[in-house]
Amino acid sequence: MVKYIIKRILIAIPVLIGITILDYAIMSLAGSPLEMMLGPKTTEAALEAKAIQLGLDKPFYVQYFVWLKNVLQGNFGYSLKSYQPVSQIIGSHLGPTLLLMGTSMLVGLAVAIPIGIYSAIHRYTKRDYTLVTMSFFGTSIPSFFLALIFIYIFTVKLGWLPSSGMRTAGGDGGLLDLIRHMVMPVLVLAISIAGSNIRYVRSAVLEILQKDYVRTAKSKGIGRFRTINKHALRNALIPIVTVIGMQIPTLFGGAVIVEQVFSWPGLGLITMNAIMGRDYPVIMGVALLTAVVVLLANLITDIIYALVDPTIQY
Amino acid sequence: MNSSGTSEYKNNTTRMIIRRFRKHKLAVVSLYFLGIMTLLAILAPIIAPYNPNQVSTSFSAPPSADHLLGTDQIGRDMFSRLLYATRISLFVGFAATVISTFIGVILGLIAGYFGGLADIIIMRITDTIMSFPYILLVLVAAAIFGPGLWNIILILGFVDWPGAARLVRGSVLSLRETNFVKGNVVAGMPNRYILFSEILPNTVGPVMVYATSVFAISILDEAALSFLGMGVQPPTASLGNILNGAESITILTSKFWLWVPAGVLIILLVVSINFVGDALRDAIDPSAKE
Repeated sequence: MVKYIIKRILIAIPVLIGITILDYAIMSLAGSPLEMMLGPKTTEAALEAKAIQLGLDKPFYVQYFVWLKNVLQGNFGYSLKSYQPVSQIIGSHLGPTLLLMGTSMLVGLAVAIPIGIYSAIHRYTKRDYTLVTMSFFGTSIPSFFLALIFIYIFTVKLGWLPSSGMRTAGGDGGLLDLIRHMVMPVLVLAISIAGSNIRYVRSAVLEILQKDYVRTAKSKGIGRFRTINKHALRNALIPIVTVIGMQIPTLFGGAVIVEQVFSWPGLGLITMNAIMGRDYPVIMGVALLTAVVVLLANLITDIIYALVDPTIQY
Repeated sequence: MNSSGTSEYKNNTTRMIIRRFRKHKLAVVSLYFLGIMTLLAILAPIIAPYNPNQVSTSFSAPPSADHLLGTDQIGRDMFSRLLYATRISLFVGFAATVISTFIGVILGLIAGYFGGLADIIIMRITDTIMSFPYILLVLVAAAIFGPGLWNIILILGFVDWPGAARLVRGSVLSLRETNFVKGNVVAGMPNRYILFSEILPNTVGPVMVYATSVFAISILDEAALSFLGMGVQPPTASLGNILNGAESITILTSKFWLWVPAGVLIILLVVSINFVGDALRDAIDPSAKE
């Protein structure tokens, strides 16, 4: 067990190094930070002086290590637009994104898990087919199109919900106001999360239902409810947990688009603005952060998986 | 087994797959729909009543007999634009899928068959790319290389191969343990022969299923990118950049024909591809019951 965990961490280290190299390489591909900082109207001498000051005259790998050292100290560089430290920009926008992603994940799973279980228990019936078909539609609707439809219905036609931001300007800023702003972005994200997870949950439960120990439990005559709840579901949860860990990158990708449409003041919105404005230190800071979070999430789910599932061989 | 016996066996397998596939009514309907849409897309230059970029004096006209789906703000015929947009979106999705599947299959074969250092390096690169949010990498690449039709195809193709690589590696690992592959190794067959003539054909099924999901995702991503203004650039119509106009509130509220058809078309295309992929998965699954 300890051996497996150590092995898993050892695998994660080259990936972590790979993430930083790829991140740095993309940033270098994007162009010289000098020209971005000083603008086109500078003299050769000024460029050279700045290059020496920033260490840009050194070879590529030396610059990479200097950058890596800074990153490890929490210094992600400065925005080319606002000259704010990238870490500060990320810090101030992380909250809204976590709130949005977390709530959407909870809502999505709260829908997907019961439906997936129901579908698996009633497999190959009309109800099962209907639910699975609906889940396909959930994953096939482009999130921005769904967002537009929601805005059309709930903001334009009914006038119930605000279509942008997180709080009403000049409002009391209470919890109710926040919830009203959250309904549409959360629904859009939750529908796509539910869509893909219904089928995962369904197939995980289906697989468990065919196991011998479930048949044994059934044959004991303890009733369907207890068979499913006590024996099947607990075991089905394990694969579901790992799948959820793998969905974080997709979820963040969805948040980028949804935040853009609803002007939700989170990481996705500043990333999109940074991309439009070619503000590479900000983009790559966010990319680095999300990649590391994803790596850690996968590592943790793998370790939990190993701890929970006694059948895994090391 | 002689050669005619082998081909008969293959025929039977194909027939069985088709028979199983046909049980999925929705998938069969989807396949017809995709066929028709592909045909319309290919024949767009012949079918389209107007040039998709031809401006006219009827600005933002609602649907009429002249313009089946109305016209846009500068008087272009929406029906013609949608036909061409479908052509572009299907093409982007298809080309990106071909590129990413090709890269993924080659790398997966190498990693799975040779193992060792090649496997370690390829799989760590795969893990690295998969750690980044996919859409973020695509957006950054689009910002660096500039948006445009071919750039989008290449970017989507080059970012989306890790899934296929993992899948192929996995099936190669299990195939390597089968007797017919071991037999070939013992017989001293060259690696190239074993890889491409013995192992590759056996991974075609799962790869096809995976490719359908990449196809669906690529269409969605092209639409999202173009919607954000980082994809296919106007005046070339794509399903995503037609929807870009709906961010303006007047179009959203009073000119539904400018955004609803494109969105509905994306949903129908993507959902049909997903249905076909799902039925295909069931049809080729050797453990499934008849």
